[in-house]
Parts: sequence; structure tokens; C-alpha cells
Amino acid sequence: MIYLDNAATSWPKPGSVTAAMTDFLERAGGNPGRSGHRLSIAAGRIVYDTREALAEFFGIGDPLRMIFTLNATHALNIAIQGLLQPGQRVVTGGMEHNAVMRPLREMEKRGIKVEVVPAEKDGTLSPSAFAAALEGGARLVVVNHASNICGTIAPVKEIAALAHAAGALVLVDAAQTAGVLPIDFPTLDIDLLAFTGHKALHGPPGTGGLVLSDSFDPALLNPLVRGGTGSRSEYEVQPDDLPDRYESGTPNGVGIAGLGAGLAWVRERGLEAIRAHELALSARLRRGLAEIPGLTVYGPQNLELATAVISFTQAGKRVSEIGYRLDDEYEIFCRVGLHCAPAAHRSLGTFPEGTVRLAPGPTTTLGDIETVLGAVRKVARA
Amino acid sequence: MNQGVVLFHTTTSALRAEKILQKAGLSVKLIPTPRELSSDCGMALRFELPDWETVEKGLAAARVECELHWLG
Repeated sequence: MIYLDNAATSWPKPGSVTAAMTDFLERAGGNPGRSGHRLSIAAGRIVYDTREALAEFFGIGDPLRMIFTLNATHALNIAIQGLLQPGQRVVTGGMEHNAVMRPLREMEKRGIKVEVVPAEKDGTLSPSAFAAALEGGARLVVVNHASNICGTIAPVKEIAALAHAAGALVLVDAAQTAGVLPIDFPTLDIDLLAFTGHKALHGPPGTGGLVLSDSFDPALLNPLVRGGTGSRSEYEVQPDDLPDRYESGTPNGVGIAGLGAGLAWVRERGLEAIRAHELALSARLRRGLAEIPGLTVYGPQNLELATAVISFTQAGKRVSEIGYRLDDEYEIFCRVGLHCAPAAHRSLGTFPEGTVRLAPGPTTTLGDIETVLGAVRKVARA
Repeated sequence: MNQGVVLFHTTTSALRAEKILQKAGLSVKLIPTPRELSSDCGMALRFELPDWETVEKGLAAARVECELHWLG
């Protein structure tokens, strides 16, 4: 069997992730940050160490600015709902996931203006189009770091510079890139970043984070959820201290322990090696798919401009049929349809049918890719 | 007792301070926050009184929000 659904969630997870989670439950079972006994402290240390490692990974000096969330969607909702006030304007790109578009459409009902900068047919976003959209001013620019459909990487640094020149804050959706591409806050010069733990960082589901730049003023960002934090317990109002302002309720300690191990695995292997492996796979996959008669492959021609997420369609054949046959006849697991990103599929011209998406991961081999190409060839023929 | 205690607003700060001061070679220990001093976060950091200045400067340099107290 071949797992090519790493853009949905990575699998298999490193053994060290499972081990760290078991260890957390067996050895450090306290509620991190609620009590002062040794089990609570042991749990708190694991959560803190992961927080610190993630802050360092993203180039943040203050680990308290690394806010744990349940996933990237949760982080994006904190940012979008917490930053915007009625009458303000948001500029975003045409390759967004519904994790961004749905909160934005809701904010539209609350009096926020949303402008979507169209993407090219290969998912590319042009900085000059953002510059034009930003002429009207904006409070916030939201941009998907890389497409979850065809891997196209957005020019985040250029867009961030334009946004800042227009007085806007920059929020990046790194669901597809954290653990694949280098993300350094000072280099990209962004303000907020949402990431998930269960994709390329190889942690378990239920983990993610919102990262605030060292210069971002948290007074600008209202919490989405309020409640117990284990701090300033004498007050019935939410504390302003980071990270507690945005982290009410018992955290997913066991998940965070696994995420810490996943991140350690990524750092040990190295982002360059991970990226080089994925580029080799996607090069072979893209070339092989393009050679199959009747297939259309989406995304940029230049592989350097995309992550290893590849989408295709075949004229006259339903994507659901292709996906079902790959699973049923060849034990190849992928995801077909709209991938929770109707806006991006509209940009690519693949709405409403969607695409067949193939997303290899670090444990996928070139041999697997050859097997997949053989299977797609046969499915395409009959 | 020749000991002091650092109080924090958040547990994360307490855990961060523990790591910073341990790296600096100080002998510190996380303890439940003494109720007579604060009802704030559950953990406080105990240290040896002669280290008062090192603790104060080390945590100020890392911008950890905290308060130092004598421990009765």
C-alpha cells in the first residue's frame, strides 16, 4: 500500500512521536500549569520545551509568543476574528483554504470588507496584483504559504513588504509548509503565522499554533476563547499575559508531547534534506503524469515554486472514480474533490469537479512513485 | 531559611525562568506558589538568597515578568 495523502495528514508518524505521547501519559500525567506538584511540573516542562523549540524553529525570540492551538484552522480563527473591526478591509489571495475563507466570509457579515486578489491558472500570486489591491489600504493581509491543491508557493516576503508599506498586518497560513519550507519570522517579516502539527511537522492531530512576531502588539488581538489559565486566578477577567491570553482550558499536553518529538525528527533530518527528497519525488511524479495521454496536471512548471502536492484531472473521467480505483485496485491512497478549498479550485479552473491530489511524504520512495504512475496509467486507459 | 522565591504571572514564565537559571548554573526548584505571597500561577521558583542579584539580572535580561520575594 502507498500513502499519498500527506497534505491531509502525514503518515506514518515517526516512532518517537508515539513514544513521546505514551511517555507523557504514563510518566507526566499532571495538568500542565495548573498545580505545583511534580506531575504537573513534568507535564508543564514538556509543553514548555515544545513551545521553546517551535519558537526557535520559526525564528521567534520570545517563546511566550508561540501560542498552542488545536490546529491551523483554530489559529487562523483566533487571528481573523481577533484582529478585525467593522469597517476594516482585508486583502487575501485566490488560493486560500476554507480555514481562511469561511472566517473571512463570516467577518464580511460583520461589516469587514474582503478583497480577493486573483491567482494565475497555475496558482501563482503576483505581488503587483497585491500592490494594486493594497492601494485602497487594508488592516490585514492573509496569504496561504503554499497551495494544498497544487503546491504553488506564494511570494510571502514580497507580499509582506507591500502589506507593511500599506500599513497592513500580515497573517500567513503555513498549514502546508511548516516542516517543509524554511519559515523564519525576521526573514519573511510577517506578523502572525498559523501552523498545524499533524502534517509536515509529523505530530498528532489536535496540535497546532499561532505564532506572533516579536514586534506584534498583543493588545491588537482579542482572544477568541476565554477561561481558566492557571494564572491570575483571583480575577474574573481574562489575563493579558502571553501565552495565557489565548490559551484557556487544559491544553492537549499529550499531543504537544508528540508534536515536540515530530519537530525534533524534522530538525534531525533537516529541512533541506526533506525538501530535496520531496522535490525529487514531485519531479518524477509530475513528469510521469504529464506523459499520460488525457491527463491535465496543475501547478507551476518550475518545480522549485511548489511543494510536493500534485493535482491532476482526466477529461471524461470523474475524479472520484480515479480515486476509488487507485484505492480499491492498487491500494494507493490519495484525496479527490475540492480539498476544502473552493476558491483555489476556481482559480485553477477545476471547480466544482475538483482534482485527484497526490501528496508524497518523507517516507515515500521513488519506487513508490513508479508504482503509482503505472497504476494511474492503467486507470486512465480503461 | 536562606532562600528566596520568584513569582510569575504565568506557568510558562516559571518554566522558562527555571530553564534560564539552570543554564546559568544556579540551584533552583519549582515549588507550589506560597499562598501567603500570591494567588497567582500555581508554580513559583525557589532560589538561594546569595543568588538574588544573579536571578534578578538574569530574568530581567530575558524580559521575564516576575517578582522576587524573601521566603520566610
